[in-house]
Amino acid sequence: MDGPAILARLQERFGATILEAHEHRGDHTAVVGPAAGLEVLRFCRDDPALRFDMLMDLTAVDWLKYPGREDGLRFEVVYHLYSVAENHRVRIKVPVDEDTPVVASAVGLWAIANWFEREVWDMFGIRFEGHPDLRRLLMYEEFVGHPLRKDYVINRRQPLIGPKN
Amino acid sequence: MADPEAQPPRTRRTQEFFLGEGTFPQPEATENMQVNIGPSHPAMHGVIRIFTELDGEQVVRADVEIGYLHRGFEKHCEAGPYNNAMPYTDRLNYVSPLINNFGYCSAVEKLLDITPTDRCQYIRVIMSEISRITDHLTCIGASAMELGAFTVFLYMIKAREFLWEVIEQVTGARLTISYGRVGGVKADLTPDFEAGVRKAFVETRTVLGEVDKLLTENRIFVDRMKGVGALSREDTISYAITGPMLRACGVPFDVRRATPYWVYDRLDFEIPVGEAGDNYDRYLVRMAEMEQSMRIVEQALRDLPGGPTNVDFEGRPMSAPPEYVDRGKLGKTDGLLLTPLRLSPNLRGQERPFHDAVNAPDRRAVLPPKEHTYGSIEGLMNHFMLVMDGFGIRPPKGEAYFPVEGANGELGFYVVSDGTDRPYRVRCRPPCLPPTAAMPRMIEGSMVADIVPTFGSVNMIAGELER
Repeated sequence: MDGPAILARLQERFGATILEAHEHRGDHTAVVGPAAGLEVLRFCRDDPALRFDMLMDLTAVDWLKYPGREDGLRFEVVYHLYSVAENHRVRIKVPVDEDTPVVASAVGLWAIANWFEREVWDMFGIRFEGHPDLRRLLMYEEFVGHPLRKDYVINRRQPLIGPKN
Repeated sequence: MADPEAQPPRTRRTQEFFLGEGTFPQPEATENMQVNIGPSHPAMHGVIRIFTELDGEQVVRADVEIGYLHRGFEKHCEAGPYNNAMPYTDRLNYVSPLINNFGYCSAVEKLLDITPTDRCQYIRVIMSEISRITDHLTCIGASAMELGAFTVFLYMIKAREFLWEVIEQVTGARLTISYGRVGGVKADLTPDFEAGVRKAFVETRTVLGEVDKLLTENRIFVDRMKGVGALSREDTISYAITGPMLRACGVPFDVRRATPYWVYDRLDFEIPVGEAGDNYDRYLVRMAEMEQSMRIVEQALRDLPGGPTNVDFEGRPMSAPPEYVDRGKLGKTDGLLLTPLRLSPNLRGQERPFHDAVNAPDRRAVLPPKEHTYGSIEGLMNHFMLVMDGFGIRPPKGEAYFPVEGANGELGFYVVSDGTDRPYRVRCRPPCLPPTAAMPRMIEGSMVADIVPTFGSVNMIAGELER
């Protein structure tokens, strides 16, 4: 399926839950309401026409300092899906609120979501509900804050943590 | 006075046994043992810790801990202009840095909606494929060495050396090459590049033949690789593993074929696949891919569009930059931009004929050729507009994801622009993170000794894994 057909299929199935669907530079994106994120991802994986069997990438964007987006929800979790069977791609974005940064975990759909979600938790402080083991992935446990948030200054120093006595 | 927080004195419980008395632990009452492998273990290819729970020699449970080489690549990219990220991308997969360079460049070019020239795209293909060979050579060489085949390691590193010499000849460095530029490459190929590549390929083919004889039917090697570390096709896809490890399961997915970029759709190559998805098939796939990469390079060298070369101005009088500027000051600007210029040696390869051949004609992204910078006010302004803080490359607002086939699988760059001269967000999709995440799945239930070949076939590159 080509990009517009994928977006049309998602809109036909989910209607107004798809907040926005657009194409930019050949990448097709659907923005999904926070409550329906997992449902849309499951549909993407299981629908016989879409068959997105691979979660190619999962990351997040902090829109805090993005000009023109000061009013919207602060974060967006970005899923890049790929179908090995059908050879097509789509990007699903789920906005996340700053006060309750929680989205449903996709570990039940794709095994790799486990590490990708741990990394997003580590870097952005977005929690994934239903994740079996949401530890930091790249930083150490004692690290304070989430470094890829836009309000985390790049030159902030943290004390190295010595061995526990 | 007694300290209320004082710990009570530790009592030591001892039990004495005399011959014929007491109860000794029975064999079935063994306890699992917890063993740390890494983070600074010679077989761990850098720093990574595998926390294992062992029942005798068998791995019952494993947990992989990473992050020892995290350098904040993504955060640093947000802090500087677009081209400043180039040296950071060198250090992602430091065995094939050229592919990272070009992947990042292509993602920004996609945002800018510009296309590099044909010659540049061919150069990117050639350099990427040479990098893929060096990466596979390192992977197979290192994992064979860990199984005791030290000869193979030496042979493969020898072949890699010939290829790195070719890379050094063009880029000026072996590893930290920073050769990609948004809209082009730093400099054109050197005149004797093709001869160097052909010589290196003869050496590489010899080495591959030797290694094939040494390993492929070697009883020790096969016993330790075959059936070890296998993942089913479903698991591999569910773990988003791409590249040689996915192809070893029989899935012919290759970004170069699935969504062709640059000029891969004009070149003829095969996608080697395995069946079993075990370490042995991964080895075979990598060996076969090197031959395919060499085929691609040979075709690309054959089809490399001519474009302008330095033949045009060879032997013609060249003026030094000061004379050039003096001429401009005297108002003798007629034909000035057409005069070839002798540049400082560290700018070699950036003269106009080279520059026009390898760079997109786009002034928003590409620095002008040095003749223009030194010889005309427009060129100088263009140059400053690209290097001044707050100016530079400014893609329109938007986002783009560009996947390329890295040596370990799909290497994707997701770049978000807010319209300023520095990226709002750069995300690198590291191809070796998924197989590292699947490591516990591959080693649980197998022997401790099997961790080594499995970890070798994962080809974990810490620089890319932890960014």
